[in-house]
Amino acid sequence: MNQMPQPTTRHIPDRLDNPLRSAIFSWQSLLLLVAIGIFTLNSFASPYFLSPWSLSDATFNFTEKALIALAMALLIISGEIDLSVAAIMALASTAMGFALQFGVDTPGLVAIGILVGVACGAFNGFLVTRLGLPSIVVTIGTMSLFRGISFIVLGDQAFKGYPQSFAFFGQGYVYWVVSFEFVLFLGAAAIYYVILHRTNFGRRIFAIGNNQVAAQFSGVRVGQIKFALFCLTGLMSGIAAVLLTSRLGSTRPSIAQGWELEVITMVVLGGVSILGGAGSITGVVIAAFIMGLVTFGLGLLNVPGIVMSIFIGALLILVIALPIVYRLVRQR
Amino acid sequence: MNRNLFALAPRRLVRTREIWLLAAIVVMIGVITLRAPSFAAPGNLLGIFNNTAILIILALGQMVVIITRSIDLSMASNLALSGMVVALINAAYPEIPVPLLMAMAAACGLALGALNGLLVWKLDIPAIVVTLGTLTIFRGTNFLIAGGQWVNADELSPDFIAMTRLDILGVPLLSWCAVLIAMAFFVLMTRTPLGRSIYAIGVNPTASVYAGINVGRTKFIAFCISGLVAGFSGYLWVSRYVIASVETANGYELSIIAACVIGGVSIAGGVGTVGSALLGALFLGVITSALPVINISPFWQMAISGAAIILAVILNARGERRQGRIILKRAETGA
Repeated sequence: MNQMPQPTTRHIPDRLDNPLRSAIFSWQSLLLLVAIGIFTLNSFASPYFLSPWSLSDATFNFTEKALIALAMALLIISGEIDLSVAAIMALASTAMGFALQFGVDTPGLVAIGILVGVACGAFNGFLVTRLGLPSIVVTIGTMSLFRGISFIVLGDQAFKGYPQSFAFFGQGYVYWVVSFEFVLFLGAAAIYYVILHRTNFGRRIFAIGNNQVAAQFSGVRVGQIKFALFCLTGLMSGIAAVLLTSRLGSTRPSIAQGWELEVITMVVLGGVSILGGAGSITGVVIAAFIMGLVTFGLGLLNVPGIVMSIFIGALLILVIALPIVYRLVRQR
Repeated sequence: MNRNLFALAPRRLVRTREIWLLAAIVVMIGVITLRAPSFAAPGNLLGIFNNTAILIILALGQMVVIITRSIDLSMASNLALSGMVVALINAAYPEIPVPLLMAMAAACGLALGALNGLLVWKLDIPAIVVTLGTLTIFRGTNFLIAGGQWVNADELSPDFIAMTRLDILGVPLLSWCAVLIAMAFFVLMTRTPLGRSIYAIGVNPTASVYAGINVGRTKFIAFCISGLVAGFSGYLWVSRYVIASVETANGYELSIIAACVIGGVSIAGGVGTVGSALLGALFLGVITSALPVINISPFWQMAISGAAIILAVILNARGERRQGRIILKRAETGA
């Protein structure tokens, strides 16, 4: 992993790597290879895998997480982290269910879900950027706080009875087997790709992640950008909450429990440095597919969900460890 | 032992913070006692301590890791796995004496912690990534070895269950464990070269390298320590709650970190004492025990501890006044 700190003296190459060569040996290609490998294995392992409807179903179990992962990638590249995303989803979902009791209809519900998400993100952003608190601790706190509010509102109850039209977001298809969620994810991925890799804003995120002080002195408004990124993460969590609530058709306070770690796994697997300053949207998107394919493929083989988590955890460590081991071996 | 300046300054800050936290706990107990006079009865306070004992032990282990600028997210999964291992052994071979099982749980935890430590030390992967991965791996392994089954009260031997309830001078063994382990940590952190090294690499890893401290190895030892106490707590947990399942202590890793943070252990490393972890855990423990007493639905507990964490961080940051340190900043690579 090229962004890992190098203990040895800095090596300055005589000439830059050939772009084709560096593309072939890049993180994304490694991931893509893994993804193709898993896809092939899955097709051999289960006869049910290679059907359009199966593949369409496979997308459902990762698109919501992947939507959050897109924003989380930006946040982690900037050197911060948000552990409260799943709790934001719970709170947003609870707010939607609460509004439902007062007869709010679908457009209102969606607006409320997204607004609550943004508000939660802004609260995190305020604590981190204005009060200068470490984000990992702040969001551990808000994680308890947000989900705690859901528990206060709901207790052991659940909100049910969402309107028929609301079901479209999580269950609807745009065309044939292509679900609304999937289209939304692809659209969002394209937007995030442009934001991160094609705009000043994106460059500044990398600048902050690589050296916050230097970025500050170069005139980058570090606080503002980080605040915006927290809001963005909140926004995506709000959207994910709308989708998941619509897909499940009910709200419980335990909704999306533990998702924050899966989202972060997705981001790190996608080659984003947890230390900040490096990463790409392409990697995160491929990682999302990998996680979706692994989970779905193992599901077809009747492997229980918790055992899949071994694969995901091992994949996370292996994919990061392998390049390091390779480098160590080559140095010998 | 030389008390170096660099270690003294942050610790003095912590000491005043500990006094404030202690005061907060006392005030809280006082206020609750106004509404429920029996709350401050010695028996009840001992009960609260006993209920918090496992959290205290875990928070101490986590504190050591956080001081070295790392984090161990896998402690709760380690606890569950180690607890499951000894529960299964106990169910299969009830004749094995319980103290041996306790040692087995600790050894199992130590091995898992060493795995984390090795990955952090030898491969230089950030601790948060390593333990995020092992968190799910340990929990999945737990499911595999138990086949998704629970180990229930009727499968455990009576000795296994009775051990944590063993009465010594009117206090259960579980509480004694917390007291003894806290004392051991106090000696470790303040009276040994290893404790000094742990603070040193947290305060300034680069300077520590020049001072001849092996940063990677010290982190490895820190993870071994957190694994050891997590494994030992695995036995305590199963014995205390008389069940071992895949869901044991699910999500508890964040409560452990919360206890440290409330106590004033700085996530940026280098700051934290045994007292801070102890008081942070007790603070959470008192809240948990107090809610039913003052007729607040237990559903409030999560939000209240969340608010407590945020408040604690805000207050700690005001006292700390350190500037420019980025969270998750890259750990120094030691020799």
